[in-house]
Amino acid sequence: MSAHDPSAGFEELAMPLFDSLYNFAHWLTQNRDEAEDLVQETYAKALKGFGTFQPGTNFRAWIYRILRNTFLTSRTGLAASRTVPLEPEDDQEQPLAASTETPESILLREAGQQQVQAALERVPVIYREVLLLCDVEEMSYQEIADTLAVPIGTVMSRLYRARKALRAALAGKMREARHA
Amino acid sequence: MPDAWQPKIDPYLDSELSADEMRGMDAHLRECPSCASDALRRLQLKRATRLAGQRYAPSAQFRSRIEKQVAKKSHAVRRWAWVPALVAPVLLLAAVVTVGRWYESYRSQQVLAELADLHVADLASPTPVDVVSSDRHTVKPWFQGKLPFTFDLPELTGTGYTLVGGRVAYLQHEPGAHLLFDVRAHHISVFIFRDTPDIERGFPARDSRGRVLSFNVESWTHGGLRYFAFSDANPEAVEGLCSLLKQAGA
Repeated sequence: MSAHDPSAGFEELAMPLFDSLYNFAHWLTQNRDEAEDLVQETYAKALKGFGTFQPGTNFRAWIYRILRNTFLTSRTGLAASRTVPLEPEDDQEQPLAASTETPESILLREAGQQQVQAALERVPVIYREVLLLCDVEEMSYQEIADTLAVPIGTVMSRLYRARKALRAALAGKMREARHA
Repeated sequence: MPDAWQPKIDPYLDSELSADEMRGMDAHLRECPSCASDALRRLQLKRATRLAGQRYAPSAQFRSRIEKQVAKKSHAVRRWAWVPALVAPVLLLAAVVTVGRWYESYRSQQVLAELADLHVADLASPTPVDVVSSDRHTVKPWFQGKLPFTFDLPELTGTGYTLVGGRVAYLQHEPGAHLLFDVRAHHISVFIFRDTPDIERGFPARDSRGRVLSFNVESWTHGGLRYFAFSDANPEAVEGLCSLLKQAGA
């Protein structure tokens, strides 16, 4: 009697990711209303396109990619992409530690969570998203690569730059706090 | 000074090294204070990012909205999963009915447009009627032998309407009577045809009243005949003559 139901299982796969998707969307948009619109549109698109999702592949990367692509085509996303510093992304580049960095242990000891959040807000979206996917969502490099549709090497170099940018932003916040 | 292990510290903390490399890094960090210190700083930043990144929570209302959206659409698809099997014939039937209605309306408009043309063309003609008489007993017999039917005309004395005369008209190859009446300065054309299947298909409404090309039009059927009245006179004037004709035919 029943034909294949293309929406079967969507709710079970998608709703457990709701909180994480919303958090990610809010970090991208920096606005509650826009984040809600983004998540709502993501769910609508994902449900509509669920028939094209291949069972056994990574649903989380799939729906995060929908959210991110939707964001990139939004007004805020387009504006954010124009403000990204266009450093060359060498996929073969290996992250190197900067020996002259301010020690995070000192920074983080002094910085409260709000200051880390404020520093994270300052990180350009292209780096912020990779930090969130890696450190908050605990995605593997491969998942991040699938979500962002970039090679793993690009994920690694973006992560390196993202952490460097976060340290710099955090150091800036600390300096501001000291001089306030 | 950075050593060969240092670029692997981030992948190590992100659990992205192979099992062998992980074991190798574990061993190296126990022996290298510089890399161990660097790894600790990076780990602290990673943890701080994780805590700071879990910042925004959706409102209960928004969660409810999305849950409803997902459940509604998802269940709607399930509930109506059998619909595609039926929707095609239903859509086809709807299309047929819609096209049929449109075509019916189109044909009705065609019939009325054709009659409006006859009305205007005859009025514009120097001889709008072939039998000129205000006497119904002259006009009605004139059609004998010309039409496959007969009809009754009312006595118009004192009604404000005057019979001008008549001629034979054709609608969809069917002969009929075109009678011309005057009321004040206006002309009213009354067409009478047999209510044949062709005309019925072309104008299925049994009784109707409206406007076509700004003419007031009234149509009715009686005794197997179809009547159409056209005029630029006001609707009441058209209706008054139609009432008289209906009474005469009753």
